[in-house]
Amino acid sequence: MTRVKEKVTGQEERGLARPIEIGGDGHAPSAHHKGKVFETRDLSVAYGGKPAVKDITFDVFKNNITALIGPSGCGKSTLIRCFNRMNDLIPSAEVSGQILYHGEDLYGPDVDPVQARKLIGMVFQKPNPFPKSIYENVAFGPKLLRLEDIDDRVRYALQRAALWDEVDNRLASNAFGMSGGQQQRLCIARCIAVDPDVILMDEPCSALDPISTGRIEDLMLDLKEEYSIVIVTHNMQQAARVSDMTAFLIVELDADEDNRWGRIVEYDDTETIFTTPTDKRTEDYVSGKVG
Amino acid sequence: MSGGGPPNPRARLAVSGARAMTAERLDSRPRGDVVKGTVFATLLFLAISLALVGLAILLGDAILDGRGRLDAGLITEGSSSDPEKAGLRSAIIGTLWIIGFVILLIAPIGIGAALFLEEYANKDSRLARLVEVNIQNLAAVPSIIYGLLGLAFIARGPLSLGFVVLTASMTLALLVLPIVIIAAREAIRAVPPSIRAGSLALGATRWQTIRHQVLPAAIPGIATGVILAVSRAIGETAPLIPLGAATFVTFDPSGPMSGFTAMPLQIFNWAKQPSDDFRVLAAAGIVTLILLLVLLNSFAIWLRNRYEQRW
Amino acid sequence: MEAGQIGVSGPALKRRLEASSPRYGERVIYALLASCAVISVATTVAILVSLLEPALEFFGEVSLGDFLFGTDWGPTFEPASFGVLPIVVGTLSVTFWGLLFAIPVGLGSAVYLSEYASRRTRRIVKPVLELLAGIPTVALGFFALTFITPTLQDVWPGHLFGGPPLIFSALAAGLAIGLMVVPIIASISEDAMTAVPNGLREGAYALGASKSRVATRVVFPAALSGIVASIILAVSRAIGETMIVLLAAGNTPNLTFSPAESIQAMTAFIGTTATGDIATGTITYKTVFAVALLLFVMTFVMNLLSIRLVRRYREVYE
Repeated sequence: MTRVKEKVTGQEERGLARPIEIGGDGHAPSAHHKGKVFETRDLSVAYGGKPAVKDITFDVFKNNITALIGPSGCGKSTLIRCFNRMNDLIPSAEVSGQILYHGEDLYGPDVDPVQARKLIGMVFQKPNPFPKSIYENVAFGPKLLRLEDIDDRVRYALQRAALWDEVDNRLASNAFGMSGGQQQRLCIARCIAVDPDVILMDEPCSALDPISTGRIEDLMLDLKEEYSIVIVTHNMQQAARVSDMTAFLIVELDADEDNRWGRIVEYDDTETIFTTPTDKRTEDYVSGKVG
Repeated sequence: MSGGGPPNPRARLAVSGARAMTAERLDSRPRGDVVKGTVFATLLFLAISLALVGLAILLGDAILDGRGRLDAGLITEGSSSDPEKAGLRSAIIGTLWIIGFVILLIAPIGIGAALFLEEYANKDSRLARLVEVNIQNLAAVPSIIYGLLGLAFIARGPLSLGFVVLTASMTLALLVLPIVIIAAREAIRAVPPSIRAGSLALGATRWQTIRHQVLPAAIPGIATGVILAVSRAIGETAPLIPLGAATFVTFDPSGPMSGFTAMPLQIFNWAKQPSDDFRVLAAAGIVTLILLLVLLNSFAIWLRNRYEQRW
Repeated sequence: MEAGQIGVSGPALKRRLEASSPRYGERVIYALLASCAVISVATTVAILVSLLEPALEFFGEVSLGDFLFGTDWGPTFEPASFGVLPIVVGTLSVTFWGLLFAIPVGLGSAVYLSEYASRRTRRIVKPVLELLAGIPTVALGFFALTFITPTLQDVWPGHLFGGPPLIFSALAAGLAIGLMVVPIIASISEDAMTAVPNGLREGAYALGASKSRVATRVVFPAALSGIVASIILAVSRAIGETMIVLLAAGNTPNLTFSPAESIQAMTAFIGTTATGDIATGTITYKTVFAVALLLFVMTFVMNLLSIRLVRRYREVYE
């Protein structure tokens, strides 16, 4: 697990306020070779007729960390919730377009969202452990799946989430007694315990302090060896630090400024987005010129 | 700030309050003010004292009147036309049988209805609103009308169970069911949506989420609601009158299909008698009943404080 | 370990994404829960049907006009008379005397708790009011009969209203009913008053208003719809109360509002007549249900009014 900090020349030239650290494996082959996990085609979501995101078309690659960045209100959360069909739970949500998951239509008529969510997990912005013991939190998923050797799975998940050493002697204690950062790692462990394929993270660090944030970012880089990760973040330095691919979304207004929705402006290797973006709007955003 | 058509009600009140202040400021003398204020506060204190004193006298009077019979015999003796030998035993057993079945009825139905309204129904749907309106209205129906409902439908009519414990239980259950539903809904609503989201995101079904996460967290609040409903049911007399219970019962009720009596009914029968000896019995019965209710409610409060989930 | 990624392609994936079972269980559960909720609707329907059936038969034999406006109530006599006014007036009389006590006491308590009381006082007084609310009505009826009545007889001023009450009187029952509904008025009005935003109070204080002025000229008018709702609810409760009037108000229909006289309330009529041995289908049976229907309509209308008012005061401030 290495973090390569590079200062790329030309950042100062473009008037960037501060040089941005770019993480990831500097000389990895192009992410594309590992295969696609999600392919979205003209994906649009509206709530009760009011559009939230429009015409989203991009691919998420295997064992990558894919970041969705953009100003607030651009529908990043709405978008990520499409990937595990959590938008199904909102009665007014209408999803159009297509998402392919390993080539299968995720919104196909035979697809059961409950089953899909066992493969595509999610970690939320505010840590939401159950009001139960640490063990019970992590064991919940495997018990639902009627798996065996639950104890081993709990230990594995907690180890993988870099939490085991801190809690192995108090697995029966209530999860609410942990700090915010620990709770979020518990939520990640809970997610890992069901053996997902993908982990979605909706601003996982925005409610945490910088040290906890750093630990979770390290964890993400470790986890991507096994899982594909999509992360929504409003902290673009974080996106630059951890992600392989970055999608930049903006807010569009209609003529009367009644409706606003999000749209992808640019999607590329993180390095490209942050150093040599194609679109001027991307450049303005990552250089801090616009909020 | 809330909209509301012109003029904004808050602004209107603020303006009228301000006007009243200014007008008063300009004409009254300070001493008059103080006197007025003291008189007013005294009147308020008097008001609340009347309520508290009323309660105190009620309780004190019952204890004083009943002290002659606040003995073990009150509980161990059964029905008798001789006041020296009469006691609450049959009535207590009857209350226990009746309330036992009330609990068996209101707990599952009340929780089920609350779960439906909070977790499954679309809140704007006609069904949900119809159910909610009904629950609100049922709370205002006079309790004796529930007795007539029991007479027409349960004791006679379609169910024709006769004047038995089960009839009384079902009638009282219908009366207090809204209490359970309302309390259970509050308890379920108090569980944050993030808990449900976390469970669903792990691939749990809606029912698995309810069964493993929502209900366990809501149990303390639901239990409190059930106990409050039971408290209400224990003290109700009127619904039982049309169910043939005012007749003289000499035996101990023995099962769901046996004839019944209940504590408030026994007290009522004693209170109706002009003789002083029965008056003492009635007062003693009242003290016992109130004591039972106070214990029950204290238990409910303790339960809530001990097990309530703080999010 | 690629555990999660085994079978994440092709037909294996398709199978994994499909529902493992048709989920009949979920559908059964939905149906079960829905039927629990529908029981409350069924109860209302059952009440209406059980009341309407005999009541309509009653109105087949007795005209609505004779019933509602007649002043002679003797359905069990020979010859029977079915003018319901005496027992309606009996109910209203007891309610009136009760609210005469309960409104000042209840509202005064509410203002005191909301504007004057310290937190410690509130913590003691509120549970006591809740205790009062939980007192069984048979105990209140007993209290009216054995304490209030003798006390009234002792302190009665001479020949007011024709002299002191005898064993049964509207006032004795009324006072007990008043005591019973004080918690209703007090707690709902207090809720309405504490919901008034502090900004309004502070504005008035800043202009130099005294506490009593703020309470009466600012808070009270602001909470008015909640206060009126509480009073309507109290009236509804008083009208529907049975045990207190059965024990203390008497059982002879009497068309008077005099507090000193004994009367029969509608609920008392039902409670005396509809004991277990009443035979279905007789005119007496049908009369009971006709009175019950009238009672139901009265309380139902009051309840509707009260709910609407409560909704209105909530809307203004939330």
